[in-house]
Amino acid sequence: MATLQIRQALGRALREEMIRDPGVFLMGEEVAHYNGAYKVSQGLLDEFGDDRVVDTPISEGGFSGLGIGAAMAGMRPVIEFMTWNFSLVAYDQLINGAAKIYQMSAGQYHVPIVFRGPNGIAENLGSQHNTAVDSIYAHFPGLKVVTYCDAHDACGLLKSAIRDDNPVIFLENEMTYGLKGELPDHEYLVPLGSAKVRRTGTDLTVISWGKQVFNAESAANQLEQDGISAEVIDLRSLRPLDHETIFKSVVKTGRCVILHEGYVFAGVGAEIAARVQEACFDWLQAPILRVTNRDVNQPYATGLEQLVVPSADRVVEAARRVLGLAVPADNRLDP
Amino acid sequence: MTAPVRHDHDVQPAPKDRLLLVKDPLAPVSTDDLLALHRKMMLLRRVEELAAKAYTQRKIRGFCHLYIGQESVAVGAAAATADDYWITSYRDHGHAMAKGTSPRAVMAELFGRSTGASGGQGGSMHIFDKSVRFMGGYGIVGGHVPLANGVAWAARARGEDRVCVCFFGDGAANQGAFFEALCLAALYKLPVVFICENNWYAMGTPLHRQSAITDMSLRARGVGMTREQLDGWDVEHVRQRVAAARQHALSGAGPVLLEIVTYRYRGHSMSDPAKYRPKGELAQQQKGRDPIQLTARRLQADHGITEQSLAQTKADVDAVAQDAWDFALHSPEPDPATLYDHVYAPQQTSLAADTDLGQTPSKNQDA
Repeated sequence: MATLQIRQALGRALREEMIRDPGVFLMGEEVAHYNGAYKVSQGLLDEFGDDRVVDTPISEGGFSGLGIGAAMAGMRPVIEFMTWNFSLVAYDQLINGAAKIYQMSAGQYHVPIVFRGPNGIAENLGSQHNTAVDSIYAHFPGLKVVTYCDAHDACGLLKSAIRDDNPVIFLENEMTYGLKGELPDHEYLVPLGSAKVRRTGTDLTVISWGKQVFNAESAANQLEQDGISAEVIDLRSLRPLDHETIFKSVVKTGRCVILHEGYVFAGVGAEIAARVQEACFDWLQAPILRVTNRDVNQPYATGLEQLVVPSADRVVEAARRVLGLAVPADNRLDP
Repeated sequence: MTAPVRHDHDVQPAPKDRLLLVKDPLAPVSTDDLLALHRKMMLLRRVEELAAKAYTQRKIRGFCHLYIGQESVAVGAAAATADDYWITSYRDHGHAMAKGTSPRAVMAELFGRSTGASGGQGGSMHIFDKSVRFMGGYGIVGGHVPLANGVAWAARARGEDRVCVCFFGDGAANQGAFFEALCLAALYKLPVVFICENNWYAMGTPLHRQSAITDMSLRARGVGMTREQLDGWDVEHVRQRVAAARQHALSGAGPVLLEIVTYRYRGHSMSDPAKYRPKGELAQQQKGRDPIQLTARRLQADHGITEQSLAQTKADVDAVAQDAWDFALHSPEPDPATLYDHVYAPQQTSLAADTDLGQTPSKNQDA
């Protein structure tokens, strides 16, 4: 076993896939000579040269489109966004291009490309560097949307994403790049579309993904103190969604809390809640609750920011509500 | 005293204007070649005329942008880049046929039939034909221009002797994606020939009301790209200059922006009566420098082709276009059972963990 930071686990995935397939190349701002804004691509330029590890100007629409064209023409590009916030200036390329070309061409051109970079909440970055883009990419058929919480899955999922013959939105997180985890020495893949039960439980199901899985686990620990047994599911893929793992768990527990970054209104949690009630209505003992960002753009000041983002305490509160237990005080802030 | 080191950020003189210096590289067309170009232009026009008729009969639905008047651009370019990659905007019927897609496949796509170039999934604006390296028509103005860089990137990485030819209109030359693509192509010296078909109007807005300069090839100057503005009515001239641009781009000297001035006879789309045109402008264009008539006159004057022979060509072309109509009309609609067939590509790349990386073999996914 090797103990690696998440950034190193992602770098290992890139390196292995670049060795395996000469069509794989990495492109983005500061990925080459700077070795990556978050050092995910550390050392790759030296190993593979500047034909395959390519610095770009600040031109997200331009280099996203370049990647899509290269993928159509038979390559397997990995496009790094320094943050997914910047992908919004390339949104047309990803939606009208990457997501639709396979269908528009009736299957003549497929687009095997990975777009990756940090997503969601960091700390004190203000309004424009904190967006969770999960729902705005998960909305569209033609895209796959993948994320991880630990180093093991980061490496295995990124390798699967690069090998996938469709465009994959790969969501990382700035706050956890330094988080260490154990990886097998041998090569391995984690398949897309498979959720992972991180902790088994019987009283309720907490569904989450990305780094919020850690809040879910922390909440489960707190609940355990009160004798409540929470099952924690890390979705790992939002598209395709692992319905089987979700439904099996909810049928078992009868109660469900969904935890994610981004907004509650038309968020991915809304979709999951809808699907759970369609499939598991007869087993549900309580309404499904969601814990997300408060419905407000991200403020800068630490105190305000902490009010906006999801927390383990808010998950505990939601869990107690779905279990019909007393909640300490109604501190709901949303209008 | 040594001279100070000059850094990139020192004040520099304005970038020099890089005009395309490559002389006409191809031998002049033979009579047979010119006849073929003429025939192709007539075919494009006839198919578009039938498309217009089919649209009024509601056999073609949605948006439908016709290429009538601009035929010399696509046909001339195809004569210079037959084996190269092409990508274009939504006014794509003529481009597809010029590149080699059959009129049947184009018309069937317009009719929304399973035999269409894109199986009825694409429609007028999204004709794709991988068999002739036609990488599609795209509906977001300028949005496809960055893709051309990637196609060229892949071609160069594989050592192919091919450029990507990217068509778009004067309207697209105001779009951000276009600027970004130009910057990147010049930076990476990609083998792309950008062709701005200046047909005078971005939908209903004439060029002088959408851009402070009306020589759109000048867009290349600020990014350090080679450029040329040329008249597009003469198919032989287009053929030579596109060949020159191709030669320049393949030499490693970087991409070229060609602005080819042409004229659109119809409205922006079938729903546009084009009332914004000054009175008499269209008639003047049709009479003075129609690309098909221009070639016909030259065939008669310089190549000894008779009017009777040209009339026969017209009859042949009419028959081919009518055959495309009949084929489309009698082709089946897409099978509803195929609705979900093209949302995601089936996995063809191995998802098994490899064992050739000099590491311990792994039996399984998700260790």
